Amino acid sequence: MADIDITSLGKVFAGTPALQDITTRFEDGEFIALLGPSGCGKTTLLRLLAGFDMPSSGTIRIGAREVATATKMVPPEERNIGFVFQSYALWPHMPVRRNVSYPLEIRKLTKPEIAAQTDAALAATGLTEYADRMPSDLSGGQRQRVALARCLVSAPDAVLLDEPLANLDVALRASMQEVFTDFHKRTGATMVYVTHDQAEAMAMADRIAVMNQGLIQQFDTPQTLYERPKNRFVAEFVGRGTVVPVKAIEHDEIQLHAHILGTRIAVKSDAQSQVSHVCLRPENLSISETGDLRAKVARVTYLGGKYLLETVSACGTRLLAETRAKFDVGAQLGLTITTPWAFSED
Amino acid sequence: MQSALQKGGSRSEYRLLSAILILALCLTLAPVLRLFIEGVTDQGAPSLSLVKSVLAQDSTLNALKHSLITAGLGTLVSVVLGAAFAFLVALTDLRAKAALVFCLMIPMMIPPQITALSWTQIMGPSSVLLKTLGIAPPLGAPQPLYSPEGIILLLGIQHMSIIFLTLRAGLRAIPQEVVEAARISGARGFRTWWQVVMPLTLPSLAAGTAITFVTALGNFGIPAMLGIPAGYVTLPTLVYQKLAGMGTTVLAEVSVLAMLIGAVAIVGILLQRFFQGRQNVYLVGSTSRPLAIPLGSARLPVEILLWAVVFVILVLPMFGLLATSLVPAYGVPLRFDTMTFASWGEVLFRQPVTARAFANSFSLALGAAVVLMIICLPLAWLMERHPTRLSRLFDSLLDLPYALPGVVLSIAMILLLIKLPFTEATLYGTIWIIFLAYLARFFAVMFRPVQASLKQLDPAMAEAAQSVGAGLFQRLRDVILPLSAPAAAAGAILVFLTAFNELTVSALLWSSGTETLGVVIFNLDDSGETAMASALAMTIVFVVIALMTLIQLFSRRFPKGVVPWQT
Repeated sequence: MADIDITSLGKVFAGTPALQDITTRFEDGEFIALLGPSGCGKTTLLRLLAGFDMPSSGTIRIGAREVATATKMVPPEERNIGFVFQSYALWPHMPVRRNVSYPLEIRKLTKPEIAAQTDAALAATGLTEYADRMPSDLSGGQRQRVALARCLVSAPDAVLLDEPLANLDVALRASMQEVFTDFHKRTGATMVYVTHDQAEAMAMADRIAVMNQGLIQQFDTPQTLYERPKNRFVAEFVGRGTVVPVKAIEHDEIQLHAHILGTRIAVKSDAQSQVSHVCLRPENLSISETGDLRAKVARVTYLGGKYLLETVSACGTRLLAETRAKFDVGAQLGLTITTPWAFSED
Repeated sequence: MQSALQKGGSRSEYRLLSAILILALCLTLAPVLRLFIEGVTDQGAPSLSLVKSVLAQDSTLNALKHSLITAGLGTLVSVVLGAAFAFLVALTDLRAKAALVFCLMIPMMIPPQITALSWTQIMGPSSVLLKTLGIAPPLGAPQPLYSPEGIILLLGIQHMSIIFLTLRAGLRAIPQEVVEAARISGARGFRTWWQVVMPLTLPSLAAGTAITFVTALGNFGIPAMLGIPAGYVTLPTLVYQKLAGMGTTVLAEVSVLAMLIGAVAIVGILLQRFFQGRQNVYLVGSTSRPLAIPLGSARLPVEILLWAVVFVILVLPMFGLLATSLVPAYGVPLRFDTMTFASWGEVLFRQPVTARAFANSFSLALGAAVVLMIICLPLAWLMERHPTRLSRLFDSLLDLPYALPGVVLSIAMILLLIKLPFTEATLYGTIWIIFLAYLARFFAVMFRPVQASLKQLDPAMAEAAQSVGAGLFQRLRDVILPLSAPAAAAGAILVFLTAFNELTVSALLWSSGTETLGVVIFNLDDSGETAMASALAMTIVFVVIALMTLIQLFSRRFPKGVVPWQT
């Protein structure tokens, strides 16, 4: 068990910065997700934490120990961390049991200890009956569980997961999410989970670090990320919605008002007078004949039980609304905006 | 150094990489460098006077001319034979392709001196086979193979497999869609081949031709067995004759000759690299299903023709060899009442020289295979993980000792080891000089298959072990070694096979007591003991075919690109 402290961490690959000056802290026992589009630096950060790569600048601390600086680092084999790979990285020449017991062999435990702990890890991941199979005889989900059992058995301080569900089908992903959550509850280990799938991150993580272009854009709980995005990138990357610029703001003692899309509406924010943009989520928009602005339906997508309407307002802005009633493409309707989130973008 | 540390995690890996890399560099490139220095210096001072005087000799120029003629025309024969087989096997619906490919590989694996010996047994007045059949030319008629034409023919047959392999690999890389698109557009048989397939394979054909020329140029066994009796001297045999006749006093002179061969060879190698680099640049598409253009009613005649060629170039000479090995004295016709295993018994059990040669060749080949495996496995893996400037340089040069003619490497080895630095000791004349030469020469034979298999290995395999606490040697032992074992085994068998049969290097490096099998066959034939030479050659052919069959049987378990004849 350990917290992870990252100070001014940077990584340059062949002259191109992959990570820029990251300073953050993952608390002991937290489930952290690193979320971002491909190439945002999330996997680089994870590999630096594991020790597979060496930082170009900054320091990483796991627990009380400084594990990496730009000049020296503790090699991965001495860090006591677990790593779950996207490709599972099971050793194809070893049966399931040996794949799981290998970390214990390395630690030079006695034979009975190894057997007991391996059995416990296999039982915890529901693999007892597959113990003597070879990895090639297992399905994708079973292989992923072997990889988890291999992590579990060595009682790591932190577990790092690199898009572990990317190679699985949709149905299996849901059940594996449960496996990961259970694993986290049982071990209490600090977990860092890299993904580009926001639904996965939202479902499992205590806190999500949204990354883009080698920087952490915002690091907050899933709710805060969705409801109170700090900037345009986070607002557009997390959840559905449209970011529109603010023309003018006025505020009295109780309420902040913003002029957007030609109307004046009440908004929430923590930036007060500096707000520059508003994030309009479907739940901020309701359809009514007497709405603040007029819009035309451009596309209708059935979501199951409700419809997602892509509408275009009179001034040409694309707005997303959800409704239970069906509208036809081309229909005119009125939209009312209720207290959306406003933020300041530099 | 900086970039390696940036990319890789572990310093111990980098230290090990440097250590093995330096060892491998000394082993493979130091001799070549030493030879170069010898050629351009005179008693320690830079000078080109020796080069000038050697190049001005008539014998040098003659040998150069003979080498270029035989290697050039021999390559032409290889291209015609190898390309015809490659196109037919890779593009059409012939049956039993695997068997055909296997048989075509055998000429490459049989040592050249045995090829030459076996062919002389089916031609000429003293051929046991022809006498038995009653069609031998009269006594006193010349042996037709003791001529430039004979050398050209056998060089062509010996190296047709190289053309066949490179061209077939190039053909396999052509996506089937390319040919299918041509056919859907209305192009028929010959037109598809000429306008679509041929232009796409020209680079690999050119690359194969260049490397075949280099190999033919360096061939010692065939021109030695056929050319020396005819007084037709090529550069490798000239070096051999000078060194055998006058010993190490002519070392400086033969160094210049070796450099001359090396220079011609390097032009060929550079050409090969150039064409290989131009290969398959724009080709996209699936290559999973091999092409199989139906030959229709022509299929059976084509099959009969191909197998007939295989019979003539492979089976017939072996029959000749076998017949000669079974007669009591050279020249006696083979009948049931004259048939005897006396020669076999003599070479296999009674002659101390052959027993010694078996022991020497066996231990040299086995030792080279084991040592090279120990060096190449960690080196290939570390080079894959931490590509540094030095390791990339080494990667591009490590084929040199194998690609360069064996004569060049032998002379280089003598120069390097005749007087060990800081001591009065010498390795010349001991078995160790042959061993070190084998390590240098067969380094690439071991390294390339291992490298091919490690390139396909997921780097996460080793990282997973690292993350659970396995140190460098534990990772090598528990993960890398078992996963690349099939490729390493295939490489080791190939090294064993080539080293076991080797003649060119040992012909220049042997002395009494350190004979190899190749040298013994050569000497037996040279001293007229043809029946015994044939029996020994037959034994080696059996060993070769047995080892090749072993690789073939396990070929399914090897990763792609490991078995050289299964591209």
